[in-house]
Amino acid sequence: MEEKLALFKNRKRFGIEKNIDIIFKNTALVLSSFVAIILLGIVLVVFFQSFESFSRYGLKFLVTSEWNPVKDEYGAFTAIYGTLITSFLSLLITIPLGVGTAIFITEDFVPKVFREIIGSFVELLAAIPSVVLGLWAIFVMEPFFRAFFVFLHNFFGWVPLFSSEPTGRNSLLAILILVVMLLPIVTSIARDSLNQVPKKLRNASYGIGASRWKTIFSVILPAALSGIMAGVLLALGRAMGETMAVTMIIGNSNAFSWSLLSPGYTISSMLANQFGEADGSQVSSLFYAAFVLMILSLVVNIFAQWLVKKFSLKY
Amino acid sequence: MNSLFYQKNSSRNIGDKVFTSLSLICVVISILPLIFLVTYILIKGGAQITPELFTLEPNPPGDDLDAGGINPALIGTLIITTIASIIAIPVGVGGGIYLAEYSKGGPFSRFIRFGVNVLAGVPSIIAGVFIYALIVSTKILFGSMYSGLAGGMALSILMLPTVIKTTDEGLKLVPNELRYASLGVGASMYTTILKITLPSAFRSIATGVVLGIARAAGETAPLIFTALFSYYYITGFGDLFYEMGSLAVLIYNFALEPYDAQNKLAWAASFILVLSILSVNIFSRILAALTEKTKRV
Repeated sequence: MEEKLALFKNRKRFGIEKNIDIIFKNTALVLSSFVAIILLGIVLVVFFQSFESFSRYGLKFLVTSEWNPVKDEYGAFTAIYGTLITSFLSLLITIPLGVGTAIFITEDFVPKVFREIIGSFVELLAAIPSVVLGLWAIFVMEPFFRAFFVFLHNFFGWVPLFSSEPTGRNSLLAILILVVMLLPIVTSIARDSLNQVPKKLRNASYGIGASRWKTIFSVILPAALSGIMAGVLLALGRAMGETMAVTMIIGNSNAFSWSLLSPGYTISSMLANQFGEADGSQVSSLFYAAFVLMILSLVVNIFAQWLVKKFSLKY
Repeated sequence: MNSLFYQKNSSRNIGDKVFTSLSLICVVISILPLIFLVTYILIKGGAQITPELFTLEPNPPGDDLDAGGINPALIGTLIITTIASIIAIPVGVGGGIYLAEYSKGGPFSRFIRFGVNVLAGVPSIIAGVFIYALIVSTKILFGSMYSGLAGGMALSILMLPTVIKTTDEGLKLVPNELRYASLGVGASMYTTILKITLPSAFRSIATGVVLGIARAAGETAPLIFTALFSYYYITGFGDLFYEMGSLAVLIYNFALEPYDAQNKLAWAASFILVLSILSVNIFSRILAALTEKTKRV
């Protein structure tokens, strides 16, 4: 008996092993909290750096379009307008294309092998760096669309969006290259949410005599809507923050114009262009613009996550 | 009687055909850019590939007909992505281990998971702005301003969410029986994680991490005002603290030059960048498909 008790006592874990266990757990805890620290750090650093400009211009910064380092006057309206118009219009083109592609690869129009190939093709498009897309846009897309833009201006010049003479690089090209970048995001998320719709719903719809597309429009798409919406919002966030391809093709002009055929600016392209050479209060104004961009993309992203959480458990 | 047969011209069948063709058109429009883009880069960029490309420095833009090579940018990209990986992989894997193995779904872990998703959505240029404010403008790294080290840090912010997410999800796929068995025979928590769960999730984590690295290698926005650009060979360890070139920034700078020689160099750099990123992607996709098949059997 005595012997057995001693054995049990010896089966305790070594102190050092216990300590290692605790250290390991706490290290992992600290490492995981890095995410929160970095996120908080980004918000705070950008906010405090923009403070000088913020206290000087206040909200007027958002609605004036003068950007003059010589006179020390800053307003980011052109860039904010450019960010919003390019991202929304590109999304408007991307949604039907992306959802249409997603429907095609979730229905059985063609054998599964082809659908999988198409799916992975679209996803590969997402892996191409945006700077390469920008290079392609400058040397291939711009000459290709030049005649089309002239046509657009000649026939639809009365629409404010096409009212200016087309110049080499312009906002419309930025929108088109954004469409190429957003398509994979919208398509793959729409495909995943379409795949998650239970088969029962489809069979029930077919059973009461609905045709294939009646089923898609009245049953499948509404059921997958929340997932698709979340994907669209993620794409919107990406479009607003996208820098390189847009900077290379949008023409970078701070002169405000409603027209898409004239060169424009987005917040991110303004940052990419001016940050390296800025000094004095221009830096603070650039940080202010960065802060605006960050708030915009944070709001969109958080809303997307909320949407996913709120509606994902429906089926 | 008539209604029992398929009617080619009834409105529902015509409507179905119209929409089917519309979705096919969507597919064609979505796929065409990729095919154009990849073939164009492979043809145009592939034509510029010469042995000197890999060994020479780029010449500063000017009237020179010869643009030189991309050696410093190539090495720079390797160094900067390595720095980013050295920072992001341990932090990300550690954080992922905490989320998957230790957290019990409380407010802290929910907040961190939420934060990971938010951080993944932060525009890449904001990461550059952040590092600029934190490191470049304060000269905190031994008085150096623009440096490869700062560029690597900016990229690591972009890699971090991917690494955490893939670790978290990879570990969650490991069946709980393995953990119970290990803990049951008396292994401590850290032995279980290091010897049992991490190795069995290794392949899915590695795939995700490699994809994250490939994505970071093509990022430009965080580098243009943290690592800047350099025309000169990287000769030693000390060069980490100075401006460093990278393929992505080289493409950006030289695409905007008016000279043909520099533009060609940009195409050559794109060729190398796209080819390596695509092959990493395709390879990991095949690997993932193969492992899934063996698991199913």
